[in-house]
Amino acid sequence: MISDITIGQYYKENSVVHRLDPRNKIILTAVLMAMIFCCKNFLSLAVVSAVILVSIIFSKVPLKMFLKSLKSIIPIILFTALLNLFYIKGGREWSLWFLTVTEKGIYTAVFMAFRIILLIVSSSLLTYTTVPTMLTDAIERLLSPLKVFHISVHSLAMMMTLALRFIPTLIEEIERITNAQKARGADFENGSLIDRIKSLIPVLVPLFVSSFKRAYDLAFAMSCRCYTGGEGRTRMKQTSFGIKDFAADLFFAAGFAGIILLNKYFGALI
Amino acid sequence: MSKFIEFENVSFAYRDEDEGTEHKVIENLSLAVDKGDFVCVLGHNGCGKSTTAKLCNAILLPQSGRVLVDGIDTRQEDKINDIRRKVGMVFQNPDNQIVATIVEDDVAFGPENLGVPAEEIRRRVDEALRQVEMYDFRLSEPHKLSGGQKQRVAIAGIIAMKPECIVLDEPTAMLDPRGRREVMKTVKMLNEEFGITVVFITHYMDEAVKAKRVIVMDEGKIILDGSPRKVFTQVDTLKKAGLDIPEATELAIQLAKDGVGIRKDVLDIDELFEGLVSLMEDKN
Repeated sequence: MISDITIGQYYKENSVVHRLDPRNKIILTAVLMAMIFCCKNFLSLAVVSAVILVSIIFSKVPLKMFLKSLKSIIPIILFTALLNLFYIKGGREWSLWFLTVTEKGIYTAVFMAFRIILLIVSSSLLTYTTVPTMLTDAIERLLSPLKVFHISVHSLAMMMTLALRFIPTLIEEIERITNAQKARGADFENGSLIDRIKSLIPVLVPLFVSSFKRAYDLAFAMSCRCYTGGEGRTRMKQTSFGIKDFAADLFFAAGFAGIILLNKYFGALI
Repeated sequence: MSKFIEFENVSFAYRDEDEGTEHKVIENLSLAVDKGDFVCVLGHNGCGKSTTAKLCNAILLPQSGRVLVDGIDTRQEDKINDIRRKVGMVFQNPDNQIVATIVEDDVAFGPENLGVPAEEIRRRVDEALRQVEMYDFRLSEPHKLSGGQKQRVAIAGIIAMKPECIVLDEPTAMLDPRGRREVMKTVKMLNEEFGITVVFITHYMDEAVKAKRVIVMDEGKIILDGSPRKVFTQVDTLKKAGLDIPEATELAIQLAKDGVGIRKDVLDIDELFEGLVSLMEDKN
């Protein structure tokens, strides 16, 4: 699990969705989220679901991967649903002991739960189909207009890439230090919460020191390879906005239009 | 042969800002490395060999004297990227010099910095990875590779910049014997087949044996300089500098001392074996 952390949730596959321009994918994910929030009734929600389902089918990522990503947020979904269930009033009512549930409450609860599920699934779709470095690259390119305000977008993207690169290295380092401290009799498992937090100090201090050493070495190595910042840099991997990107954009636009129409003609549920 | 790296009376000291003291590392060092040579720099810890390496591509600048790389003074700030492109550098810890999360992206880092066009980078990256025999791992993540493989990726990252010289600062210090052999083999191949000048800093004698020229440093000075055969027979000087001699050489010298008529300047086990075999044949 630890060794797979840099790839994030990336699911290796060579599908159309994987090959889309990462910039386009980020924008389309944002559009998808906007679509989900614009839905006002179950029909339009069904349209978004269809759009997402089609995207998933094209991405060739198995559905059970998405179920896996949903597992950790089940409490949030339940909490939101329950809150809506008892809080929203309207329509027919059913009472049991001191709890009262209304028709509108049920609808809203289901609607909200569904909405959260769709949000998670659509953001997972982005991370399943895009390598983190491609994402940071895309973010760099998307934010490049900010250069006008003297914000060094390249440095930000480089920092993100390096952070991703060093996560597994630092995890190994933590394991090594922990083992070294254990060999010296440090106890990480017993004692009160405060004791256990205190016992982390002898791990964190050497970790910090060695991180600075690494940063220093890395800076040397980077300047040895003629790194002078973003100016005049080229890229080996060119991403290009192709026909498939255009097709995806059209598909999403059609979906969005459908939602607006359905919202208009079938009224709002919430 | 033309000189590629030249040190002229170079001195360098690290300053301790807090205490205001100076720690002299290199004193009045003069040295010339020829184009296409394979030089091993030996010395125990703190003898100034890493500092010498860092002076080669303007990471450190000499406090007196000067360093010339292909005729360019390393103190010329506007030429710094020219110098670093000509003299690539590989460090001890492979983890701390790999920048990207995918092998081929890391190899591309140098050429990208130089502003090489995309198709040309692709070509160079593939070529460099084939040269170090890591092409099959081009899509792997660096942290899943062994130490020797990581170090070869680091070397590929340097050769993708088309350098004329590679300086390796103890590239094998953190590797297991197998990784050390892989790295040594790669470096030797680069020197022999592609004519890249190599400056290899190490404290392993068996690696130094494979060089064309060995330089032994002690307290910031060169104490021995010459072919491995010439250097490793200077047992007393080497021992005084806190260095060992290759095991095969040591055994041959011991045998010679005990009156066995074997030549003293053997460098490896194969030569020792040959010497002993011919000795036995003579006796028969």
